[in-house]
Amino acid sequence: MHDFDIVVIGGGHAGVEAACASARMGACTALVSFDASAIGAMSCNPAIGGLGKGHLVREVDALDGVIACAADAGAIHYRMLNRSKGSAVWGPRIQADRKRFKAAVQYAVANQAKLDVLAGEAAALRLQGGRISGLDLADGTAISARAVILCTGTFLGGRLFRGEEIFEGGRIGENAALKLADQLRGADLPMARLKTGTPPRLDGRTIDWSALEEQPSDGENWTMSALTAQRVNPQVFCAITRTTPEAHDAIRKNLHRSPLFTGAIDARGPRYCPSIEDKIHRFGDRDGHQVFLEPEGLDTHVVYPNGISTSLPADVQLKMLRAMPGLALVEMDVPGYAVEYDHIDPRALTADLQLRAIPGLYCAGQINGTTGYEEAAAQGLVAGLNAAAKVLGKQAPALDRANSYIAVMVDDLTLQGVSEPYRMLTARAEYRLRLRANNASSRLTPLGIEVGCIGSEREEWFKRREDKRARHEEQFARTVAARDLADAGFGVRRDGGEKRIDEWLRHDGIDLEGLSPWLDEEFDAECDLAQEMAEDAAYAPYLARQDAELRDLRASEAVEIDANFPFHEVPGLSNEMVERLEAAKPPSLAAAGRVPGITPAALSALLVHARRRQRAA
Amino acid sequence: MTDTIFALSSGNPPAAIAVIRISGPDAGKALTGLTGRGITPRRASLCKLHDDSGLLLDEALVLWFPGPHTATGEDLAELHCHGGRAVTAAVEHALEDMPGLRRAEPGEFTRRAFANGRIDLAEAEGLADLLSAETELQRSAAMAMAGGAFSRQVEEWRDQLLTLSAEVEAALDFSDEDDVLELSPKFTHDLAALSDQLGGWLARPRAERLGEGFRIVLAGPPNIGKSTLFNTLVDSEAAITSPIAGTTRDVIERSVAIEGIPFTFVDTAGLRDDSDDEIEQIGVGRAKDQLKRADLVLWLGPEYEGPSGAWEIEAQIDKDAHMVKSAPDLRVSAQSGENIDLLKQRLIAAAKAKLPKPGEAALNTRQHNLLSLAAQALVDSQSVGDLLVKAEFLRQARLSFDRLIGRSTTEDMLDSLFGRFCIGK
Repeated sequence: MHDFDIVVIGGGHAGVEAACASARMGACTALVSFDASAIGAMSCNPAIGGLGKGHLVREVDALDGVIACAADAGAIHYRMLNRSKGSAVWGPRIQADRKRFKAAVQYAVANQAKLDVLAGEAAALRLQGGRISGLDLADGTAISARAVILCTGTFLGGRLFRGEEIFEGGRIGENAALKLADQLRGADLPMARLKTGTPPRLDGRTIDWSALEEQPSDGENWTMSALTAQRVNPQVFCAITRTTPEAHDAIRKNLHRSPLFTGAIDARGPRYCPSIEDKIHRFGDRDGHQVFLEPEGLDTHVVYPNGISTSLPADVQLKMLRAMPGLALVEMDVPGYAVEYDHIDPRALTADLQLRAIPGLYCAGQINGTTGYEEAAAQGLVAGLNAAAKVLGKQAPALDRANSYIAVMVDDLTLQGVSEPYRMLTARAEYRLRLRANNASSRLTPLGIEVGCIGSEREEWFKRREDKRARHEEQFARTVAARDLADAGFGVRRDGGEKRIDEWLRHDGIDLEGLSPWLDEEFDAECDLAQEMAEDAAYAPYLARQDAELRDLRASEAVEIDANFPFHEVPGLSNEMVERLEAAKPPSLAAAGRVPGITPAALSALLVHARRRQRAA
Repeated sequence: MTDTIFALSSGNPPAAIAVIRISGPDAGKALTGLTGRGITPRRASLCKLHDDSGLLLDEALVLWFPGPHTATGEDLAELHCHGGRAVTAAVEHALEDMPGLRRAEPGEFTRRAFANGRIDLAEAEGLADLLSAETELQRSAAMAMAGGAFSRQVEEWRDQLLTLSAEVEAALDFSDEDDVLELSPKFTHDLAALSDQLGGWLARPRAERLGEGFRIVLAGPPNIGKSTLFNTLVDSEAAITSPIAGTTRDVIERSVAIEGIPFTFVDTAGLRDDSDDEIEQIGVGRAKDQLKRADLVLWLGPEYEGPSGAWEIEAQIDKDAHMVKSAPDLRVSAQSGENIDLLKQRLIAAAKAKLPKPGEAALNTRQHNLLSLAAQALVDSQSVGDLLVKAEFLRQARLSFDRLIGRSTTEDMLDSLFGRFCIGK
């Protein structure tokens, strides 16, 4: 019998982060996957990051995760989305060469101490006295473990749809974890189905690139991981094409053959990433939708057309494609398809992503109703850190809505549940101004060092950076007279008096570069840390306003609601509210306020009853 | 364990009908005890009420509302008795004798409604005001607040704000996808309109004004008839207990309700600057302070020498040797009563213009401050160009709305309210 502290099932983005995080914490960890060679595969879009998602990647990186370094290793196209907006909503995004990305992930897994990879099918969870005691593989291998993390993606009860065809499985060509799904269904967990989709893959040699607008990689030097010194791969360009009225006609005429419309799929798909037939159906007045043609790697001809995920029959897909500029002669390598899969109602999880009903069983990724690699990776990290901390008697990093997108997501999932695949958006983070993608290390790496999940390389890098910060702070504290700035051509009042450099940075039109005459000659205004500190300074007045709000939040978080709180005994809560509160089991009054549909009157009633209960206890 | 409380909820007897309310876990038992039978919920039933010795107390209309969907969130019973003193006293005694029942403290029904989630914060504040209302105008404003008029308004603003926020968020999160463009002209228009609406509410008179009443200061030199007029104005009216205590011995304040409108009349020391008496000078100084605090000054002194905006009153017109004015606002005699009613009518008209309209919810200081914050955030969001900061201002406005009705449960706010309602005793 194999013996581990933690077993992670699944080698996707969630599973890899969960396994590596658990091992970094010092727990003996096994990663179980159908096929070890598929670990780190990108099953859909060959891109990492984006709006909100880029934040997650940087945060996982700040806690020494794998995804950002692997993204840099595979990156063949870098783009900072939302560059024209405030820096708090910039979204770093890369396109990766699939092979290089996967190789980098497998390298990280292979070189992670205390982590073993076991190839095999997870067949059944072992339970003892209601809690997890291990896992049986389909080949009869038994593994004992004190916690299991399920990162099974769409493999759990997965079913593929393409036109009139239906296949069992999570990805084309792989088996679904049907036995495990049966066991979970048998455990009477709250489960539901969601759907997602993927577009056809194109043969790049049959695309007329010259007819299309190019989108080059941006010319800057930023990277996804703080530890990546520089970009390593040659950079390629993408191209932009559009759907056309003829393409829409082809789709409309065949809507009756799409499983989304025939009723074969009744699960909800993501509003934020609708299939092309959904777009045509819902926004019928539009004559075209943008499609990005993204190369899948340096040494492959496969191209990913971003924006047209579809489950239409293959012949309709081809007809639609060929009606688009540059694609008149295009050939498909693999047609697109839709996937319907099981997920667990994430309200059945506590904030450490552990199932309330089965102690020791953690869930991360699509199984919790999310979509996207980045969301999956971030949950994997949370589950891995928490499961290991629990088993080893350690602390996990203290993440909350005010310090990370990761916690925003986990909080949303566990309190509100999902009605469609959950995707990160910057709008979900109320303290967005302080949660920038470029200050993730400052926010989270110290928390990681505290609990011991940060490797020595990053820890040393961070210490050097903090030393540099101290030197920068001295310079930011220098004062400059308004008169001198006015003389230098800045639009400030001459009688404005003296102000510190970090105060001047709040003014429109004054930036670090402009202030360079008052900074040391060797001060590098372009360096990441200087930029980050300048943004901190510029946003400082808004952050100060949030401080009172955060104090209130903490106070409200201090009013605890215990796991056995009798919501049904609080008069004035409607049945629907009681149901939602029972499902989400908010741990505090603040959390109860974030459960949807809880009215102000209900909240005050909860407060009164929580206080009475505390006093009685 | 919660007690069961009861109280006479209608006005003081004798009256045609007296309504006694019982709320709490033993309300049903109390009802069975009095009537000797089971009562159909939410139906009016005519019942004979007996005490535990079997003595017939009254024949009453009885209503039975099992909790939790009742005004207090608890089991609730109402006895509509005959309104004589002896009858109500007898029923109350019978209830008092029952185990687990006690008389309610002032405001306790409201406290329970709030603690049981039947009303939100703004409504609870309105009810607190309602309990202390002494005039018809105070009562109707508190009623409007307690009835949720303001809460509904805030919810409506909040919805409008959410729509606006959604547009900014879409521009922030989806502008790189070609489906979303920059902010629409409608956005700018709607934001300005919402901002204006808040401004309108902020310009309204405050609830505290209702408590303090419309403040009228009588001023002028000594011996000109101020005190006589003061006494005439306040004596015949119903005195109300002003929450503001008289500050000094030489400034006399009386709060009265005239036709349901709360007034505070202030009689001041005679104003003169040539006094050598130190004590009198202090009195004069205080009188001048009063002029600044006044909503309206009745000026009885030499014409055009009063503070600006004051009404020129020609007083003591019954006397031949009184101070004559060339263009007085009103000529009155406290002695003969001439034009006193006319003065009152004009004062009522002036007060109505400045006090909240009947039935209109008036904001208290807490609400006013939060609404001001929201309004300021909306103004700031209109002037700032950075979408991200614009979104942050809109979020702050939303936060203020949430606090207004208690959607974000801040301890401070609830503490102040708990102080008012003694919840948790």
